[in-house]
Amino acid sequence: MAPIISTENLRHLYSEGTPFEHVAIDGINFSAEKGEIIGIIGHTGSGKSTFIQHLNGLLKPTSGRVLFNGEDIFASKAVTREVRFKVGLVFQYPEYQLFEETVYKDIAFGPKNMKLDEEQVDIRVRGAAEFVGVDEELLEKSPFDLSGGQKRRVAIAGVMAMQPDVLILDEPTAGLDPSGRDSIITNIMRYHDATGCTIILVTHSMEEIARSVDRLVVFNKGRIMMDGVPSEVFEHDEELRRVGLSVPEVSLVAKRLRELGLPLDCSVYTVEQAKKALLAMRGGAAGAP
Amino acid sequence: MLRDVTLGQYFPGDSIVHRLDPRTKLVLTILYIVALFLAVDYFSYALMIVVLAACIIVSKIKLRVILRGVKPLIIIIIITGLLNLFYTKGEPILEFWIFKITLEGIKRAVFMILRIVMLIMGTFLLTYTTSPVALTDGLESLLSPLKKLRFPVHELAMMMSIALRFIPTLVEETDKIMSAQKARGANFETGNLFQRAKALLPLLIPLFISAFRRADELAVAMESRCYNGGEGRTKMKALHMRARDWVALVLGAALLAVMIVMNVYKI
Repeated sequence: MAPIISTENLRHLYSEGTPFEHVAIDGINFSAEKGEIIGIIGHTGSGKSTFIQHLNGLLKPTSGRVLFNGEDIFASKAVTREVRFKVGLVFQYPEYQLFEETVYKDIAFGPKNMKLDEEQVDIRVRGAAEFVGVDEELLEKSPFDLSGGQKRRVAIAGVMAMQPDVLILDEPTAGLDPSGRDSIITNIMRYHDATGCTIILVTHSMEEIARSVDRLVVFNKGRIMMDGVPSEVFEHDEELRRVGLSVPEVSLVAKRLRELGLPLDCSVYTVEQAKKALLAMRGGAAGAP
Repeated sequence: MLRDVTLGQYFPGDSIVHRLDPRTKLVLTILYIVALFLAVDYFSYALMIVVLAACIIVSKIKLRVILRGVKPLIIIIIITGLLNLFYTKGEPILEFWIFKITLEGIKRAVFMILRIVMLIMGTFLLTYTTSPVALTDGLESLLSPLKKLRFPVHELAMMMSIALRFIPTLVEETDKIMSAQKARGANFETGNLFQRAKALLPLLIPLFISAFRRADELAVAMESRCYNGGEGRTKMKALHMRARDWVALVLGAALLAVMIVMNVYKI
């Protein structure tokens, strides 16, 4: 199957021609399949935020190409604009982009820009609000009267309402409390299961996304350092730590247990998996003479 | 895009111009501007161009970067040039329809454009080589005699440094909100004047809200560090005039003197 979105040798220079010139990303070859859930990790300044802004054409690469369904997204202005709606991008702290009088109008901003009719807009706004758990009665309130967590949900709904084929979220849980974090991730996963879209989650915290993603891409100094399923990536805990990233604690525990001689699988990196593996092992041991 | 707005932006460096005391640079800039307005003819303009070129070379700032500061004012410069070109009385050398171009007109237009461009370049050289903090420190120090007249020098300097400090922050913020709204299909580039003004709302409203939020946060942060005005405040980096500062000032004064003489003798 052809990837839904991919990049070829992407390179981006910031502040070209000034003393502040620096390479943000260089030689990025990335591709995502339809329906995949991908986690992008890397510490601050690793180029991950710059990278995702290329995927919907907000930033133009200094060199290299971005392909959506095999088509260059910078082929013409019309194509770029079209791709904006197909590749939804939720920025970091998206609550600061809210501006309308009511929550409803704010969520409707994207669909209205798509020139959909009133009825379609209404369906999408209500649908998106439901996905992120924003109650019906909040829709007529001013977005500025909501709590921080609710504002974040409204902002995410504003992008979901465009029903993009690829949904990219930059640190969607930054600054939220643990329960808020979990519920936003759950909401995103529910949206994924319902629509079958591709999800790209950007974060610097492994714990948070390890459970939910199919694939992890590690960014370091503007390049892709690792790309693989989480269990593969977590095996390189030394290298990850060297670039300022941590691996889930459970994965460290599992590794230590392996060193102590327990036949624990490499794919153990969440509490549930560890519990299952350890119980299975004990059951196996009890069954033996 | 917006990131490239360089107004009031500081380009760190280690040239002798960077190392001069901000007070020296402020005084020199004023001397330079006065001298520039005293220039009347070929030789005096040539001298000013040489002086400016020397300063730019010594500062190690690329000419391209300094010229970029002129770009936003290009329309004003062109209009000034055209007005001077057509409305200067003298010997007409070219006439068509209602327009009359005179030799004096050409000369004045060229001089006027030179004057504006050099004015901008000179002042930009100051802001490019002096950090906003140093600049306001210098200004505060230069204006401090006015304190005797109960003029709020410190408050003014503080306001200025906060304003300068927040220009890049607000530019970055604008950039970010613009990107976020573009990601939702906002269109800032096309449409008629009315449509464009309306398209700016999704940008301006969040920007205003965040500016007020920042102001509030900054006030709280300052108060929680016991800020209560300039009384008894000391500086981490106290300003010191060095030999190079005095040399630079003497050179500046000499330039002004030469320009005054040239102005009197109209050369």
